[in-house]
Amino acid sequence: MSLTRRDVEAIAHLARLEITEGELPVYVDSLSKILSFVEQLNAAQTGTAEPMAHPLEGEVQRLRADVATETDRHQKYQANAPQVASALYVVPKVIE
Amino acid sequence: MSLHRRSVAELAAGLAAKEFSAVELARHFLARIATSNPALNAFLTVTAERALADAARADATRAAGKAGPLTGVPIAHKDIFCTDGIKTSCGSKMLDNFVAPYDATVVERLAAAGTVLLGKTNMDEFAMGSSNETSYFGPVRNPWDLAKVPGGSSGGSAAAVAARLVPAATGTDTGGSIRQPAALVGISGIKPTYGRVSRYGMVAFASSLDQGGILAPSAEDCALLLGAIAGFDPRDSTSVDVPVPDYVAELQAPLKGLRIGVLKEFFAAGLDGPTGALVEASIAQLRELGAQIVDVSCPNLPLSVPTYYVVAPAECSSNLSRFDGVRFGHRCQSPRDLMDLYKRSRGEGFGAEVKRRIMTGTYVLSAGYYDAYYLKAQKVRSLITADFKRAFEAVDVLAGPTSPTPAFDIGAKVDDPITMYLNDIYTIGANLAGLPAISVPCGFVGGLPVGLQLIGPHFGESRLLAAAHAYQRASDFHRRVPAAYA
Repeated sequence: MSLTRRDVEAIAHLARLEITEGELPVYVDSLSKILSFVEQLNAAQTGTAEPMAHPLEGEVQRLRADVATETDRHQKYQANAPQVASALYVVPKVIE
Repeated sequence: MSLHRRSVAELAAGLAAKEFSAVELARHFLARIATSNPALNAFLTVTAERALADAARADATRAAGKAGPLTGVPIAHKDIFCTDGIKTSCGSKMLDNFVAPYDATVVERLAAAGTVLLGKTNMDEFAMGSSNETSYFGPVRNPWDLAKVPGGSSGGSAAAVAARLVPAATGTDTGGSIRQPAALVGISGIKPTYGRVSRYGMVAFASSLDQGGILAPSAEDCALLLGAIAGFDPRDSTSVDVPVPDYVAELQAPLKGLRIGVLKEFFAAGLDGPTGALVEASIAQLRELGAQIVDVSCPNLPLSVPTYYVVAPAECSSNLSRFDGVRFGHRCQSPRDLMDLYKRSRGEGFGAEVKRRIMTGTYVLSAGYYDAYYLKAQKVRSLITADFKRAFEAVDVLAGPTSPTPAFDIGAKVDDPITMYLNDIYTIGANLAGLPAISVPCGFVGGLPVGLQLIGPHFGESRLLAAAHAYQRASDFHRRVPAAYA
């Protein structure tokens, strides 16, 4: 699989990553190589094999009772935020 | 014997016998870090004050007659584990300003066991790398040869233990990130069964593969520390509620009669000759010690690297979408709008390898390619897992090399992702199948350590540790320390 510059630009947009002009050819080359490398999987005879999402057979994700177990620690958590006002996370204007 | 040449088990015995105090021990290792870390770059954060406070508390606990087996033992955490009030960078510019607001379960449990925290260790960015060269904070150097990589992604933990700057450290292993660096620096490292150790507070890379574990000089040390971190945690939805055995007591299980399977696929093309010869010699030694050696094959195993490089990037692209420049982590200067904020914050905050994996994952999960790549890889993952299951019907443990070569030069593989990915050719299988695996030192090639890998069935940690312990009672590679750090 060989990707084009436009492919990589589209992937970068989907992934919300800004890629510079200088970086672009490097990713075109390395992503193409990685996709070609993983394409050897096409030759595998997977037949009726089930897709495997979890390494432990029969293990299912647990549910818990819908009760609050955490106390309010927003001040501590928001100490890591780039911009906070009135206990709210601040982002650029979304609606004009 | 000088303090830093002792294993964790020997240090614990010395503390119990009041040969030295926890404060003396902490000071000894902090002094070693101050001397040697500038060249090795193994620690990103040294928590000297915290260490001395932990140590004073450990001494008080002992004086009160309440000490446990690990009370006063100094440790370090890979910088992927959240530590309340301490910077947790994950080796990334994205989290260069992040002070974790809570402790990971692993951190909490080791603190409750009375260990002394010396600091946080360097790592490949977001644990994506096999050489520790993707760290935003610069590469870690291999204590056996400063021009070589220490392996990755837990390269800082590995180098710190190998240079005896700390007696033991935590690590995480998604595709080999505990075992491969342990092999490349000549120490022991165990990746437990998926679900054995809580992932709560461990920054997520590929959630169906990630597992926390231990790097330490010996298998006995791994047993001591694994017992402290393993066990059910309701805060991790994939944590498994299976009782934790007494790993230390079970170290004494005899090797006699143990069926060890030699994996044919692990001795194929690509394995460095002298490395393979040492691994074969160590397997022969296990036979002399009473194990039964059987040849086995897992025919789909050669597909583990391409399978991993679909599954892991897919999960990584999803997990790392949380870094949006809004709630924590790096934010770009003066964003024009929300899209610009997302794109530039992420573009600036992540390094090249992380971006490469996010984009690979985004691509294989995208409409039109999902079936061809992601679903196909998940089916091959089933085949690989079935191969292992079949093998464990005939043998108790599988054996082979940990890494195809000894440590390579810093810079040698950075420009070629595929060559770099192939470093993990022998370690990835255990992650795909969720199996426990350990690497132990089994010799040297040109002055550089080589690792023997043992893989067990689900929850077979005791068996692996006992086999590795039996080997280490008959060998001394795990006791060797680079001359500059002796």
